[in-house]
Amino acid sequence: MLRLENISWSTPNGIEVLKNLDLTVPDGKLIVITGPNGGGKTTLAKIIAGIYKQDSGKIFLNDQDITGLDITERAKMGISFAFQQPVRFKGITVRKLIELAAGKELDKNELCDIMSKVGLCAEEYIDREVNTTLSGGEIKRIEIATVLARHSVFTLFDEPEAGIDLWSFTSLIKTFEEIRNNLNGSIIIISHQERILNIADEIVVVANGRIKASGEADKMMDILAENKSVFGRCSKQEAMF
Amino acid sequence: MKEITKDLLREISEWNGEFKGAYNIREDGACVGRVSSKNIKIESKKDQPGLEIFIAPGTKGETVSIPACVTHGDIDDLVYNDFYVGEDADVIIVAGCGIHTETGEPARHNGIHRFFLKKGSRVKYLEKHIGKGHGTGLRSIDPVTEAELEENAVLEMDTAQIGGVDRTTRITAAKLGEGAKLFIRERILTEKEQTAKTDFKVELNGKDSGVDLISRSVARDDSHQEYHSVIIGNAPCTGHSECDAIISENGKVDAAPELHARDNDAALIHEAAIGKIAGEQILKLRTLGMTEEEAEATIIDGFLS
Repeated sequence: MLRLENISWSTPNGIEVLKNLDLTVPDGKLIVITGPNGGGKTTLAKIIAGIYKQDSGKIFLNDQDITGLDITERAKMGISFAFQQPVRFKGITVRKLIELAAGKELDKNELCDIMSKVGLCAEEYIDREVNTTLSGGEIKRIEIATVLARHSVFTLFDEPEAGIDLWSFTSLIKTFEEIRNNLNGSIIIISHQERILNIADEIVVVANGRIKASGEADKMMDILAENKSVFGRCSKQEAMF
Repeated sequence: MKEITKDLLREISEWNGEFKGAYNIREDGACVGRVSSKNIKIESKKDQPGLEIFIAPGTKGETVSIPACVTHGDIDDLVYNDFYVGEDADVIIVAGCGIHTETGEPARHNGIHRFFLKKGSRVKYLEKHIGKGHGTGLRSIDPVTEAELEENAVLEMDTAQIGGVDRTTRITAAKLGEGAKLFIRERILTEKEQTAKTDFKVELNGKDSGVDLISRSVARDDSHQEYHSVIIGNAPCTGHSECDAIISENGKVDAAPELHARDNDAALIHEAAIGKIAGEQILKLRTLGMTEEEAEATIIDGFLS
């Protein structure tokens, strides 16, 4: 279980992004965080991963206080983060990156298992460099593959749908459905996509640096539908391409 | 053969007690082992130090290794090696150099290699340079590579200088005939006070000739690298050069690519990028459980792989 208590964070020039935010993510749940752009969703995810350091508040993973731990230490405890805009590495192959994520060398079958979960053929990709020759959809799926390879206890996906094409998006939804059905640990997905909201156990709406609403997915979907003007742009029927 | 030579050979070539195929081992300016094969003849030059290597037309899948090792200071080794590659041959040439010194005296190896590739021949040329030992004497390696490629010949050069060489000036020049292709992959790592200069000149003289030149370098500490490339398109041809450098600490890199189109159908491209390791790359690897230092080392290893 992950617990955030009273988390606040401001930009270096003093703009308050998160304001005394509390959040609890139970084990074995898929939580989708949604809400208007600029509301603090990505900041919240980066604070959980240790990429940003909160100004105040505490973070607990399975009742252990991890507030003072850095990115590396949190990763070693089993927290994973899939970036919204994956980085590229000249000279590092897909195989190497996935092996780095897994923490060991992988044989072809193991690579195939991981790559097929994100809809890619291992044979075709493992020797390619993680560079600009990969399309937006390909790099996004490889980013997700690196996270899946880690078998984390807590995984964060920051807008996995951003910047990918329709075909990739459709297969991405299937990937998340599969992850959802074989959930091992807890997952937070930051998303505006209705189809991703639909596979959540719980939905949390973050706006203006606070949790504006949260609850079981079915109820929240109704509330979101009724209060679009209140919550701003929380969900979209289809991806923007 | 000295033990130091054996250690250097393991690092710069595929040597593990023996070589596959023809070879010549040069140690401190002298030959300490040579074997020719049926198709690859290695002979000493008569007028100057060095070798003439004759690769018979049609030779396929053979390797010839001509490593050079300098095992102590106060050596200035100069060698001229000429490779004559027969029509339609397809071979691998391994020509690394290792320098070891434990004293304050300088040690230098200057290898001048000339390649004459006949029609339709293919050569993969592997060249790895390394400096070892605790001596304060400057370790210098100054290779000169000249290549002439006849019709449809292909030369793939894969060169690496990863640490330990204090001074290097690399000069590579090539002339390409019709349909000939040249692929160059160069990797250089400098640290401390080391300097490295690399200079390429490629003349694309034949129709449909092409060059793809990729140089990747890492300059750390107070080291300094200079990159200069000249691609001249004298015919309908394609030329691409790419110079990527990572700088860290006080490392400095100068890059000066030149493209000269002398034909209306010459298509020449250059890309260059110099900068420190992107913070996002380090962040990503840290989210996989690496420390910052491990992430940096992984990024540099991959970049120079």
